[in-house]
Amino acid sequence: MKKFNYRVVVFILAFAFGVIFSLPSLLQSDWGKKITLGLDLQGGLHMVLGVKSEVAIESRTKSIATTVKYLLDDQEIIYDNLAITPNGVTLELLDSDDVTKFKAIVQKELAGTTLAQNGMVFTIAMTPEEIERTKQNAVSQAVETIRSRLDLFGLAEPTVAKQGEDKILVEIPGIKTPADEQRIRELIAKTAHLQMMAVDEDRAARVSVISEEEAAQYGDVILGDVKTTEKYLLKEIPVLDGSMLTDASVGYSQSNQPVINFVLNGEGAKIFGDFSGKSVGKRMAIVLDNKVYSAPVINERIGGGKGQISGNFTQQEAHDIAIALRSGALLAPVYIMEKRSVGPSLGADSIEASAKALILGFVVVMIFMVIYYGIAGVIANVALVVNLLLIIAAMALFGATLTLPGMAGIVLTVGMAVDANVIISERIREFLREGKSVTKAIEDGYDNAFSSIFDANITTLVAAIALYVYGTGPIKGFALTISIGILASMLTAILGTHGIYHALSHKIKKENLTFWFGSKE
Amino acid sequence: MEFFRRTAPVGFMAQAKRWGLISLILVISSWVLVFTKGFNYGIDFAGGTLIQVKYDKPAPIDDIRKILQTQKAYEGAQVTHFGSEDEIVIRTKSSTGSVSNDISDEVRKLLAPTGNLEVRRVDMVGPKIGDELKTKGTMALLLAIAGILAYVSFRFEWRFALSSVLALIHDMSIALGAIVLFGIEVNLDILAAILTLLGYSINDTIIIFDRIRESIRTSKASEIAELIDESVTKTLSRTTLTSLTTFLVVLALYLFGGEIIKGFSFTLLVGLIVGTYSSIFIASPILMWLKFSVLDFRKKEAEKLKREKEKERMRSMYEQGTL
Repeated sequence: MKKFNYRVVVFILAFAFGVIFSLPSLLQSDWGKKITLGLDLQGGLHMVLGVKSEVAIESRTKSIATTVKYLLDDQEIIYDNLAITPNGVTLELLDSDDVTKFKAIVQKELAGTTLAQNGMVFTIAMTPEEIERTKQNAVSQAVETIRSRLDLFGLAEPTVAKQGEDKILVEIPGIKTPADEQRIRELIAKTAHLQMMAVDEDRAARVSVISEEEAAQYGDVILGDVKTTEKYLLKEIPVLDGSMLTDASVGYSQSNQPVINFVLNGEGAKIFGDFSGKSVGKRMAIVLDNKVYSAPVINERIGGGKGQISGNFTQQEAHDIAIALRSGALLAPVYIMEKRSVGPSLGADSIEASAKALILGFVVVMIFMVIYYGIAGVIANVALVVNLLLIIAAMALFGATLTLPGMAGIVLTVGMAVDANVIISERIREFLREGKSVTKAIEDGYDNAFSSIFDANITTLVAAIALYVYGTGPIKGFALTISIGILASMLTAILGTHGIYHALSHKIKKENLTFWFGSKE
Repeated sequence: MEFFRRTAPVGFMAQAKRWGLISLILVISSWVLVFTKGFNYGIDFAGGTLIQVKYDKPAPIDDIRKILQTQKAYEGAQVTHFGSEDEIVIRTKSSTGSVSNDISDEVRKLLAPTGNLEVRRVDMVGPKIGDELKTKGTMALLLAIAGILAYVSFRFEWRFALSSVLALIHDMSIALGAIVLFGIEVNLDILAAILTLLGYSINDTIIIFDRIRESIRTSKASEIAELIDESVTKTLSRTTLTSLTTFLVVLALYLFGGEIIKGFSFTLLVGLIVGTYSSIFIASPILMWLKFSVLDFRKKEAEKLKREKEKERMRSMYEQGTL
């Protein structure tokens, strides 16, 4: 009775699996799971961004000051010297009867702060937990914001993810030109920090002679106009900021210039209305990312919470700014820690070059195997092809990314898979030379070769895993292909070829060993 | 077809001292090179910016240099051809943190008058990331070596593990020496190549060690040198064949795989040669020099076998209900 040849069955299954799941990738069809090409092969932008979270702390402090100012004005508590210091927000109450009321307000409205008193001077500071939370928040908010900006921009499948504690990974495939890339980067980097600031009308006339230090003494800042060299003296603590914005869109002014219309939420609308009502005849500056876009004179109370930013925009600028405003401001600005960008033509060249090397290496090795080992070489080659299909199939199924080093990894795996068959064939030849029967030589050959192939492959796998754990980007892809390749080669080169020999062993005669194994004896 | 037909063992071990000396000289000079000349760190580890530009005609490299020299920010920038006459890369030590307007944008504007060009690749690595990548790379290397040491100790014996790791360090040192000697730019891909070499070199060594282990069990000889000669000779065909096929594949990669992976494939080519050499001439003698005793190993193996048999006997007794 012939024993059931399970090895051949497994091998055929592996072959079928390999063919079915590698076809979508090989044919580049629309159906099925395909290997994703890495950015280095298809072209695209890879960036690791750092977050300047200290800026988030600063602006949080500023917003505490804004809230305090609004609340105290609202409750008619009189105060003086409201200022932002390195320790927090300080102010001096003028009426000691207000202290209790003031303390109650701070406790109720300003969570995460501590209040220190020194006479009538109070300091509101953020707690360490609040500082940590604000930093964390700045990072995750930046991730969200950048993601939504890229989505609104209409880019295909961008990746935006937090990396480590305070870094952001941004990957955008398929960018066509460097100019496009720069536009996208500008969009990402835009802090989109919108502020309405009151012009300090008392001192505005002296703006050209006043120094920044002097301005700071009055609680003012000097900001420049976005297009001209004009300067404005503005109250440092803004009336309101972009966090109260609900929508922004591109519109057109009467002179048909692109402008950005924005809508404030209820709270913002109320603050805006109150302020404009009190400040008729004065100017209010619309400030975006610390540049003054306009500073119109308030003619009447502005209700409804609607506003407009004008500033000689091009259509494209207005479009990008509106997206940035709509997706919210970045609590903290981001900066580039690492950037890798590959143009689509270079990616295509890399694919072509490495595919050429892969095919050439493959063919040379296959020819060599047949010349050296005869039919044994053909069997090894069959295993090699199935191995390659399996790698592609497994990568497609796992949704793995194929990178340029990954291509090199496949080339190397070809070498490894051949190695297993070289070891086995050498062993079989050895046993044949010792005079064993064909069947016995094959069985013993596999038995003896197995432990060396296994140990050797596992040690290589150990190195590949180390690479995977500590590697980044393309290198990870390389480690992954090698690992998959090693595992696949154990299946095809050991199990698969063994099954084939098993099926053929009764046909192999001692007389034509040269034909079968490439050597006599 | 057959390359190696000899069955009589080659006297490798008799010559071991000579090879050991050659290797020692090679390793020491490699380290001298590494410590005196030092690595040519690429931007992955040193930080900086690399810009690859392709022209539709031979690149006007002198004009480009002139233009960049006028800018203070590009002091010390290197401009070299890359692969073909039409392509160049610019390397600078500086990198910008600005997301919206980085060095590549500036270079694009600066070079606009030099002709029709296409910026094909920009790699920019800030100093912080460079340090991080260095740490990670070193960690990967140490982890890989530790893992290999542990696995080989587990499967063989500590002397085998130590010999294979020493051979590994030998291969790595010489490969690093070659990298320094030929001024190969060291980036992440070179690290990957070195780690692949680790895998390859250990692979080769293990195949021979496996054979030695087997010979200890089957052969009558009790002299380690004799056993090693026998095993190395028997695996010689495999060692050279595999190295040859792999060499062919990597050579194809080196010649046709494109400029970007040239450094990677070069490192592998050097490593393959050194790795094959060390598996045959270095790893096994170290085993001998570590005073590996065949008799002790046999004794241990026999004990192991005895324990297993004992266990089996107990189990069968247990199953029969006699215990």
